[in-house]
Amino acid sequence: MNKLKGIAASGGVGIGKALVLGKEELTAPKTKISYEDISKEIYRLEEALIETRKEISNLQKKILHDLGFDHAKVFEAHLLVLEDRVLIEDIIQQIKTKKVNVEYAFSQSIKKYIDTLLKLEDEYLRERVIDIEDVSRRVLRKLLKKEAVNLSGLNEKVIIVAHDLSPSQTASLPKENLLGFVTDVGGRTSHTTIIARSLGIPAVVGLEVATINIKSGEKLVVDGSEGVVFINPPEKIVKEYQKKLTKITKDLKTIHVSKLKATTQDKREVIVSANIEFPEELSLAHEYGAEGVGLYRTEYIFLGRRDLPSEEEQYKAYLNVARKMKPYSVIVRTIDIGGDKFLSQPQVPVEMSPFLGWRAIRFCLARPDVFKTQLRAILRASVEGNIKVMFPMISGVGELRDAKKVLEECKKELKHENVAFDEKISIGTMIEVPSAALTADTLAKESDFFSIGTNDLIQYSLAVDRANEKVAYLYEPGHPAVLKLIKNVIDVAHQNNIWVGMCGEMSGEPLFAFLTLGLELDEFSMPPPRVPRIKELIKNVKFEDAKAIAEKAIKLATAKEVEKCIQDELKKILQDNFDRILLV
Amino acid sequence: MERIEEEVIVNNPHGLHARPAALLVQIANKFDSRIVLEKDGETVDGKSIIAILSLGVNSGSALKIIVEGVDAKEAFSQIKEFLEKQSE
Repeated sequence: MNKLKGIAASGGVGIGKALVLGKEELTAPKTKISYEDISKEIYRLEEALIETRKEISNLQKKILHDLGFDHAKVFEAHLLVLEDRVLIEDIIQQIKTKKVNVEYAFSQSIKKYIDTLLKLEDEYLRERVIDIEDVSRRVLRKLLKKEAVNLSGLNEKVIIVAHDLSPSQTASLPKENLLGFVTDVGGRTSHTTIIARSLGIPAVVGLEVATINIKSGEKLVVDGSEGVVFINPPEKIVKEYQKKLTKITKDLKTIHVSKLKATTQDKREVIVSANIEFPEELSLAHEYGAEGVGLYRTEYIFLGRRDLPSEEEQYKAYLNVARKMKPYSVIVRTIDIGGDKFLSQPQVPVEMSPFLGWRAIRFCLARPDVFKTQLRAILRASVEGNIKVMFPMISGVGELRDAKKVLEECKKELKHENVAFDEKISIGTMIEVPSAALTADTLAKESDFFSIGTNDLIQYSLAVDRANEKVAYLYEPGHPAVLKLIKNVIDVAHQNNIWVGMCGEMSGEPLFAFLTLGLELDEFSMPPPRVPRIKELIKNVKFEDAKAIAEKAIKLATAKEVEKCIQDELKKILQDNFDRILLV
Repeated sequence: MERIEEEVIVNNPHGLHARPAALLVQIANKFDSRIVLEKDGETVDGKSIIAILSLGVNSGSALKIIVEGVDAKEAFSQIKEFLEKQSE
């Protein structure tokens, strides 16, 4: 068996046969033509350009329909290449003066331009070569009368393995037969990732050698949550993943409950909302019945580019999410990345411990230009009335005050400019640093709400880097220290009359959702596919029971004891429904 | 026939990358005038996206616009406005 490790791009499990999309070789033979053939060759060129134009327009329409305007507009530049007079004139000149066939003339002209672009110092422009190559392959195929690998007629379920998937390729894939994506290149914000997430299909990208190591027809297991791909795995692994897969499919089957409110049997109503990263995930959030967005990560707008996104661009992005999520609310978290992730940032030295370093609110406060642009955009989008803003990685009230001061400045500016915004916009503090959890009483007096980011809170409290395989076993959400911090945060928040949410992975895990329900958590935010299961759980239990069990559980000595206690008690409460809801 | 020649500084934060270049070509193609862009002594056809891309225009680059034709005035003012605009 062979196991490949890549970047976890889109969560979930895919088990099935691989379909490897090879890199297509299109070579144009050189043939001499006679004087009489010149006009015929030029006619063939025009014909191929017109047909390609039709093809791209159709594709553009399909993408506009399936994925929206932002994806469709990529093709505008493609269309312009097809009617580029300098390019066309160059090809015609070659046919006329060198007396060569159109295929050859075409590839020579394209090559000339691509070489020029590749020589440019600008990395972004060099990457535009991909667009020009994409278009020219289409034209060449027409000229050579070669059919593109047509996947729209695909009638068996497969896992697509490719070096990279172009936007046009991804758009033409039949969604119902896709079990997963596996690619050599790509990252967490690449096109394939975004599409896979918006379709809810597992994907692992950046594997580098996938197309070399995998052959079509081989059995694959794709773990999109961990970023692992198994090639021809033994029965044991297949079985293990089949179990996980049934669990995930179960999430889908419980969709029918998802439209209902999350109310316990003794009538405590809580909110179950979604964590999203890309606007494309909003449709999933709706489909799974999320009541709002509990965590809108905004990093994607900033990553993978050398300039900073403008206020206008950010405003449009936030406005779009706010509008689509109505009547529910959207918690926009200001950027939570390290200074080194900004390509536009001049030379940030590599940090020894980036998790303890210059990132999130620390970076924002040091770069008021970046911070203010984002806050102004968030404020402008808040006219919709359902936006809340949240600051990440606050370690004490001083930082919160500084951040609020900048927000106030932005409000003042906007008022001065007569730009509308929600003057009563809620301001939340993300509780993910132990010092914030311990000083929650002070923070609560100056916040409108809290959201507990458990992933980081656990790592910081237990001094465990989850990505380090040697110590990952110590990452225990049920650790008594973590639970004590969470309980403290919720208790003092309520004493100060503010509500508390949780946007880490813990809130989407049934056992811990039950425990935190008992600790009186108000809002549970999680990846959209987890929503129906957690709602189902909440609807099947009593708040009073959860409270009593939580009180008992947090007094236990170890994480294992805590988990066992909740599991046993939940079994008693849910009885026959236990397997159906938890399916551990 | 009118001819206008003037140097402008490109303010678009993206310079003339694929999207802005595409928009510029769309503007240029609305006019009958001949439109030429010149950067560092190199001249290209302002109605060709490939030619513009190969010029490698970044934000802050100085670019000479040469417009010649019956609608030169209007063409020039629209192109200048586009190039000097702060955002897309």
